[in-house]
Amino acid sequence: MISWLEKHMPKIVLAPSFVVSLVFVYGFIGWTAWISLTRSRLLPRYDFHGVIQYERLFESVRWDAAINNLFVFGFLFIVISTILGLILAILLDQKIRTEGVIRTIYLYPMALSLIVTGTAWKWILNPGLGFEAAIRGLGWTTFSFDWLVNPEMAIYTIVIAGVWQASGFVMALFLAGLRSLDQEVIKAAQVDGIPTWRIYTSIIIPSMASVFLSAFVVLAHLAIKSFDLVIALTGGGPGFATDLPATYMYTMAFSRGDLGQAASSAMVMMMIIFAIVVPYLYSELRAKHD
Amino acid sequence: MTDFINTPSPAFPWKNLVLRWVLYLLLAIFAVYYMLPLFVMVITSLKSLEEIRTGSLISLPRDITFEAWGAAWTGACSGIKCEGLRPYFWNSVIMAAPAVVISTLIGAINGYAVAQWRFRGANLIFALILFGCFIPFQVVLLPMARLLGLMGLAGSIPGLIMVHVIYGIGFTTLFFRNYYVTIPIELVKAAKVDGASFFRIFFSVFLPLSLPIIVVTVIWQFTQIWNDFLFGVSFSEAGTQPVTVALNNIVNSTTGVKEYNVDMASAIIAALPTLAVYVIAGKYFIRGLTAGSVKG
Repeated sequence: MISWLEKHMPKIVLAPSFVVSLVFVYGFIGWTAWISLTRSRLLPRYDFHGVIQYERLFESVRWDAAINNLFVFGFLFIVISTILGLILAILLDQKIRTEGVIRTIYLYPMALSLIVTGTAWKWILNPGLGFEAAIRGLGWTTFSFDWLVNPEMAIYTIVIAGVWQASGFVMALFLAGLRSLDQEVIKAAQVDGIPTWRIYTSIIIPSMASVFLSAFVVLAHLAIKSFDLVIALTGGGPGFATDLPATYMYTMAFSRGDLGQAASSAMVMMMIIFAIVVPYLYSELRAKHD
Repeated sequence: MTDFINTPSPAFPWKNLVLRWVLYLLLAIFAVYYMLPLFVMVITSLKSLEEIRTGSLISLPRDITFEAWGAAWTGACSGIKCEGLRPYFWNSVIMAAPAVVISTLIGAINGYAVAQWRFRGANLIFALILFGCFIPFQVVLLPMARLLGLMGLAGSIPGLIMVHVIYGIGFTTLFFRNYYVTIPIELVKAAKVDGASFFRIFFSVFLPLSLPIIVVTVIWQFTQIWNDFLFGVSFSEAGTQPVTVALNNIVNSTTGVKEYNVDMASAIIAALPTLAVYVIAGKYFIRGLTAGSVKG
C-alpha cells in the first residue's frame, strides 16, 4: 500500500489542481458558453435557443461602441507602449551609470493597481482643477484639455494612463532582449564603419522580432482585459463613450441582470484573446521542439 | 551591452560629449514623466481643499497638512459609510496573506511533481493547468458567483481567498516548474536510490534550493491579489470589500464635497504595500513580470 502510494505520489499531488482546473476553468467556460446560447435574463435558463444572444450583442449600439473602443484603445496602447518601451530600452542601454535607479523609476507604475493609476490620472486630467487649470494658470488662459469629459476624446485618456502604466514594462522586455544579443555581430558592424542608426535599424531591431511578439501578446492581453482602469478613470462614460467589452460584460452581469448578454460578451472576449494567444503559443512550442 | 556613445570618435571629441548630455537629458525628461503622477498625488494629499481650489496642480503645498491622510485612513466616505480605508485595508491583508501562501505552496509542489517526476501525462496536465492563466476572467465570473452563493461564501473573504487561490495556481505552478526543470533529474534519482520519499526529497532537497523562486512567486501573487479589482468588486459586499474596491468607491462617491486631497491620500495608502515590495525587492518583481509575460 505504502509503495503504491509512493509510486503514484506525483499524480496524487497533481490531482487536486487538475480537478480544480477541470471544474473552475473548463467547466465554468462550458457553463458560460451554454448560458450564452439560451434566453437567460436575471436567472439562468438552460433551454437552448441558438445564437440569439450573439445576435442581440451584435445589434447592440453599446457593444458596437465597446468593440470600436477596444480597437482604438488597443491599437494606440500597443503601438505607443511598444515604441516608447523600445526607445527607453535603447537609451538606457548606453552604459548609463545610474541605470538601476532610472529603471526603477520607469517601471514602478507596473506595481500599482490600475485603480490607483486611474485615480491619479482622473485628478491630473480633471478639467477644472488639473492639468488644464495649471496651464491656464501659467498665463495661457484659452488652453483647453477636456478629454476626460468629452465623449469624442475620453477614450484617449484611457490610452494616456494605460501607456504610462505599461510602457516601463515593455522597456524591461526590450532591455532584456538587447542584453542577450550577439555582441560580436554588432562589434563587427562597428569596425566596418556602419553608422550607428543603421546598426539599430538593420541589425539590432530586426533581431528582436521575438521580443516584439511577446510585447504584443502581453499588451493585447492587457488591453482586452482592461476593466479596472476604465472603471476608475471614466466609469465607462461620458455616457458609454469609453465602454470596453470588459465593462460591458460587467454591466450586463451585475447591474442590468442580463446573464445572456454577459455570457455572450465574455465568450467573445475569450475568442479575441485566443485568436491572439493560441497562434503565439503554438509558434513558441514549435520553436522549442525544433 | 551595446556601447556606441562611449566609443571614442577621434575626429569629433565634442560630439560625444554633446550626445552624452542629450542622452541624459532625455532620460531625465522620461523620469519626470513617470514620476509626475506620483508627485502630484503626494503634494495634493498634503494640501488643504482651499489650497487645491486656488492653487495649481503642480505647485508645492504652502501649508503641509496631514488632515487628508487621517480622513483617508479613518473617515473617508464611500456611499453612506464614512469609516475610511482602514477596515478595507485589513480586508485586503487577511485576504491576500492566506491566498498568497496557499497558492505558492500548491505551485511549489505541483511544479516539483511536473518538472522532476515526469510521469506519463505530466506535461499534458501541466498544459491543462497552465491554460487557466490565459482566459479572461470574465468568462468564469458568472458561474463563480453562483457557486459561491451555493457554498454560502458569497460576499465573504474566504470566498475571495478561494477564488484567488484557484486562479493563481496556473502561475505559481508555471513559476516553480520552470525553476525546477533546470535542476538535473539525477538528484531525484540518487535520492530515490537512498530510499527517500517524494515529500522527503521535496522538503530536504528542493525546498532549500527554492528561496529565489519563492520570493518571485510570493511577490507576483501578492501584487496580483492586492491589486485585483475584478474579483473584489464582483464577489464582495458592503464590509468585505478589498482596498481597491473601497478606494474606487471613495473616489467615485457622489455624495458631499469632492475631497481631492483625501482621494489622493487614499490612493497612496492603497498603493503603499505593493510599492514597498517593489522598492525593496524590485529585482524579483521584474523577474516575475518577465517570467509571467511568457504566458501573456
